[in-house]
Amino acid sequence: MKAALERRQWIAAVMFFAALLLLPIRLGDFYLTVLSLVFLSAYVGIAWNLMMGFAGQLSLGHALYFGVGAYVLAILPDRYGVSPWLAMVPAAVLPALLGLGIGALGFRFSVRGVYFALLTIAFSEFARILFEHWDYVGRTGGVFLRALTPDNRPLTSLRGGARFSYYALLLTMAAGWLLSALLIRSRIGYCWRAIREDEDASRALGVNALRMKLLAVAISAALTGIAGGWFALANGSLFPDSVLGTQISINLIIAPIVGGLGTLFGPILGAFIIVPINEWSRDLAQSSGINGLNLLIYGLLLMTVIKLSPGGCWPWLARHLRLAAGGWKIGAAGE
Amino acid sequence: MVELYLNVVVNGLLIGAVYALIAVGLTIIFGVMRVVNFAHGEMVVVGMYIGYVLWRYFGLPPAASVPIAMVVMFGAGYLFQRLIGNDFVDQPQHVQFVLYIGLALVITGLNAIIFGPDPRGIDSAASFATYRIGPVRIDASRLHAAVAALALIAVLWSWLRLSLTGKAMQAAAENIIGGQVIGLRLSHIFALTSGIGMACAGTAGALIAPLYDATPYLASEFTLTAFIVVIVGGLASLPGALLGGLLIGVSEALAAVLISPSAKSLLSYALLVVVLLVRPAGLLAPNKSSR
Amino acid sequence: MNSLEIRGLTRRFAGLVAVNDVSFDVAKGSITALIGPNGAGKTTCFNMIAGAMRPDGGEVWFEGRMIVGLPPERLCRLGMARTFQIMRPLTGMSVVENVMVGGFVHTSSVAQARASAMQILDRVGLADRAEQPASMLALPDRKMLELAKALATRPRLLMLDEVMAALRPADSDRIVGVLQELRRGGMTILLIEHVMRVVMAHADEVVVLHHGEKIAVGSPADVAADPVVIESYLGRRGRVA
Repeated sequence: MKAALERRQWIAAVMFFAALLLLPIRLGDFYLTVLSLVFLSAYVGIAWNLMMGFAGQLSLGHALYFGVGAYVLAILPDRYGVSPWLAMVPAAVLPALLGLGIGALGFRFSVRGVYFALLTIAFSEFARILFEHWDYVGRTGGVFLRALTPDNRPLTSLRGGARFSYYALLLTMAAGWLLSALLIRSRIGYCWRAIREDEDASRALGVNALRMKLLAVAISAALTGIAGGWFALANGSLFPDSVLGTQISINLIIAPIVGGLGTLFGPILGAFIIVPINEWSRDLAQSSGINGLNLLIYGLLLMTVIKLSPGGCWPWLARHLRLAAGGWKIGAAGE
Repeated sequence: MVELYLNVVVNGLLIGAVYALIAVGLTIIFGVMRVVNFAHGEMVVVGMYIGYVLWRYFGLPPAASVPIAMVVMFGAGYLFQRLIGNDFVDQPQHVQFVLYIGLALVITGLNAIIFGPDPRGIDSAASFATYRIGPVRIDASRLHAAVAALALIAVLWSWLRLSLTGKAMQAAAENIIGGQVIGLRLSHIFALTSGIGMACAGTAGALIAPLYDATPYLASEFTLTAFIVVIVGGLASLPGALLGGLLIGVSEALAAVLISPSAKSLLSYALLVVVLLVRPAGLLAPNKSSR
Repeated sequence: MNSLEIRGLTRRFAGLVAVNDVSFDVAKGSITALIGPNGAGKTTCFNMIAGAMRPDGGEVWFEGRMIVGLPPERLCRLGMARTFQIMRPLTGMSVVENVMVGGFVHTSSVAQARASAMQILDRVGLADRAEQPASMLALPDRKMLELAKALATRPRLLMLDEVMAALRPADSDRIVGVLQELRRGGMTILLIEHVMRVVMAHADEVVVLHHGEKIAVGSPADVAADPVVIESYLGRRGRVA
């Protein structure tokens, strides 16, 4: 019975990704761009979900990793001629090291729960202010990537039109999802979930909680850094307050929470819900001239969703699609 | 030179008193309900707008608008908690987080829709009066705000310590389950807590309306500052909030002068990190076991 | 060599001495019970031995090795497992997943951990509920699950904190059955217990604590007859049921 359910889940996943691969045949640039944003948001959500949903460590400062990754991809290729493929490595490693540093500091000093979250906020805000005053990264003026020339080859520069971004981000999201699926079924995943449920009990069972938590932070930070890198490449420009700071951190984590923490598809579903509504309401605010309308709509959406389904939307949907119970609905914390 | 720094420090202390009032609201909410109120800054801004509206459309001076703001915000906080907030008290942190972020967005959105993004300030004659005490020059409004803030904190502190309800709130802060066992009406206490917390924030906002122009997007800064003050000073500790407020007020003022105005929070965040690592219960935390 | 040697264990809490210079041995392959009235310091002792709390004084030797200061996960890997008085099942995980966690001390393979976990669940009689969420278990099964989780780490010393509490005789007998089987296989067991029926019938050695001090040690019969114990713990008209 369990095996049949799992097979259904894998088939559903394959069908889902296959469908996404085929969409560009029918959709125009506008929709492809929105979907690219959805994929990026889902990918970041998957990364954050690893740390929070699986390992139970609340980070409200993930913008730090996002921002660092973004700046790496904005600076290394354009200023030093480094291949963007190569630049993805420091974009992942640097945030991972930062995450390890913050984690080590926090975990060694037993800073837990909400206090740890505040610690992460402190570091991310610190970074934002620092970047605002740092000449090397252009201070508040930010960094603008070189304009694309007609002879631009997307596979070299990792920049291109709507179609290229769509596929690049779709593949990135799929890779992130696969990694997260493999991790959760591994020894590491079990240890993470045990820590999330009860850290002290897990240590009494031989789990090296410190090492596992640091691993979660490092992997989450690395993936988020790569997401930041893609953001810079796809956007062509960035500023301290577009990639760093608490506002950004908050934006990064709304989707996975709304979609469903601790589940594999939650972050993806969340992104599919949040991003289009956000974009639509922003357009509405602009076209109607009512400044702030988008915030009102977004805020009401959040409050409604979290009231109706605090465990997220995916568990509810999964039940209806008969994809739930065991396997991938790992039991979201808070359900 | 000394005169400059003296002015800076004094002004830092004055604004610090107002920060303290904001933080007191947050620490009460956090202390009693263990809620991370990410909409706290928004309450301050609403208070600012209330002060602005009462001045602009009703000709009321800040002295009159402040009590009105206090009552309105108390009511709003109480109702919110009773109708919405109480359902979330048992939920995990990240769920509450989304609720309050949503609330913050709704409020900011409404502020932006009603008042627009442009700054709204109070330009009364009183806004420009200053006092001179020796080498130090102080805005009258700043001094009034600080004095009012301190007075309110003092009143709140004594009420918490001396009144029956106040003690009930403290009891709830220490031990939720124990409180329920002895019959505290938690839904009412939580609503009161929320009302008081938001009233503090809103009053502080009304107090500084003559000093700063209100914009909808000011809010997040206030929220973060409030959290820094609360953590540095010590959770669930009013004296801690006061100390923290003054400390942060001064450090921000100094950082603005020594580094740059936009970097004023740098020192505060550094302080936050140090306190979180070394003395997470805060500088003035009461010595009790964690919940 | 003894499984455990405790020497001069001491712990203070803000002026109150909770455990005062307690010393005793736990022989290999024995069932040893730590008993005493509420507040006697049993759980504090237990936590200090298990590495969850730092002693203010004294030493603990496990199989000839000084273990004070070692973290719980290290102690677990050295062969010491414990259960918790306030049970802590990992509620978001299924029964078998709960037991698998401990198995990862000895293997990195998920499949192997699962196989071992199923074996243990079989032994304790929970195999038919393997895929159920742990949160759905009734109290006696939860206790058995705590035991199973600890067993997954393949300990040589099993420390149980009031595992019989609030169980009907039929259920506590089930657990005792498992413990006896384990003891036959060479396991050393240290119990904190209140349920005298079990202690007297099955313990090889009993250590009695009162007000943080050891007041008696010996076989169940010796301890039950000890006048100091009778007065302080079992009551003046002290007779063990």
